[in-house]
Amino acid sequence: MQSKPIALTILDVVSIIVLGISTYLALVFAPTEAVMGEVQRVFYFHIGTAWIGLLGFIIAAIAGITYLVTKDLKWDRFEVAAVEVSTVFFFLTIVLGSIWARPAWNTWWTWDPRLTTAAVTELIYIAYFMLRQGIDDPDKRARFGALYTLLGGISAPITFMVIRLFRTIHPVVIGNQSAAAQGGFSMSSDMKVAFFFALFAFTVIFVDLIWHRVRLGALQEKVEQLKLKLSD
Amino acid sequence: MTDKKSHPSLLGATLAIVQKDLAAEFRSRELFSAMLVFSLLVIIIFNFALELDIEVRRTVAAGVLWTTFAFAGTLGLNRSMAVEKDRGCMDGLLLAPVDRSAIFFGKAISNLVFMLVVEAIVLPVYALLYDEMRIFQPGFLGVILLGSIGYIGVGTLLSTMSVQTRMREVLLPILLFPIAIPVLLAAVKASSGILSGAEWAEIVTPINILILYDVVFIAVPYMFFDAVVEE
Repeated sequence: MQSKPIALTILDVVSIIVLGISTYLALVFAPTEAVMGEVQRVFYFHIGTAWIGLLGFIIAAIAGITYLVTKDLKWDRFEVAAVEVSTVFFFLTIVLGSIWARPAWNTWWTWDPRLTTAAVTELIYIAYFMLRQGIDDPDKRARFGALYTLLGGISAPITFMVIRLFRTIHPVVIGNQSAAAQGGFSMSSDMKVAFFFALFAFTVIFVDLIWHRVRLGALQEKVEQLKLKLSD
Repeated sequence: MTDKKSHPSLLGATLAIVQKDLAAEFRSRELFSAMLVFSLLVIIIFNFALELDIEVRRTVAAGVLWTTFAFAGTLGLNRSMAVEKDRGCMDGLLLAPVDRSAIFFGKAISNLVFMLVVEAIVLPVYALLYDEMRIFQPGFLGVILLGSIGYIGVGTLLSTMSVQTRMREVLLPILLFPIAIPVLLAAVKASSGILSGAEWAEIVTPINILILYDVVFIAVPYMFFDAVVEE
């Protein structure tokens, strides 16, 4: 039995601390937005979780391709970890976005490109887990999973392009001068501090969770092998 | 088989598989009749579910048709792969001394043929039932072809995967629809644009996306089909 690495324990503690600081920055330190008021504070965690969701999706696709090339099950564990963490955080992004959208857009949900793409991506993740569940052979499971994340990774940007043809009201906060979309705003410097710290904090948490999940995957595999040995 | 060469070319092997599928289907007509009857039923249900009066019909025709094709397509894809798996034909195909991508292209082409034949019957029936003759224009039919190619390309790969899982037929739509959303939406956008007589500038982007999707989702299954069929 491998014991938990010290570095991982340290990272756990760091994750909790940065999450605490980020919460303080978002809820207390950052100034209240003039038009939208307090509800705008949701934005910092909304972006943080969305960033992780996206990062996990990209990492999963890369890990998938690496698995298909190397056939090393280590990459499969990495891919599952990335997809699992990403699924949870993408869901949080959608929920946080809805909380903000209700007062800002006067609706919980709208079929905007970002919202729709996020929802479709979430469905791709769920389909991914259903696919894996139905396969017993670990190699085949890894191969199909890798291929499916790859297909999802390619189709998600195209989904985004397509839905843009239909409509959008989602604000673009970075690199947008016109702020034509409803609910857009420009950040003050204190807001930027809270914003970038949230990105940093969630990245640390992401690394921590992935590490845990990869380790869990390795342990699971060991248990399966021991069970096989016993039944022989 | 008339081709007695020991190593047939990719094209030869592909055509042989297409020929096999079409011959089997021509004899049994199982797949085709199931897809066709199903499509007609879906259109009837839509008629009452959406109360397709003249006003509504103008705006939703493309959506109704594409939903019908997508559902009928999954039915066909499932059946065409299940037949290979159940009777051990897949193992036979894999043992054949041909490039694995020939299997992919062969299955994809025969799936596409089934889907196009069903579409070729559903479209006139739809036109007749709803007096909608605008669907017989080259642009509209071209979009249907482009959309079907992309849908079948990714669908053939995913159905090869789903028949090998425990959930089998149930899993295909769940795997396929989220990945196929771009092709379905782009096809709906382009075809409803054509039906409403929109400017070319408005239709060209969805058509470009359709072409992009087709190219990518033929290339990727072609590259990775090996990984799906190897044991």
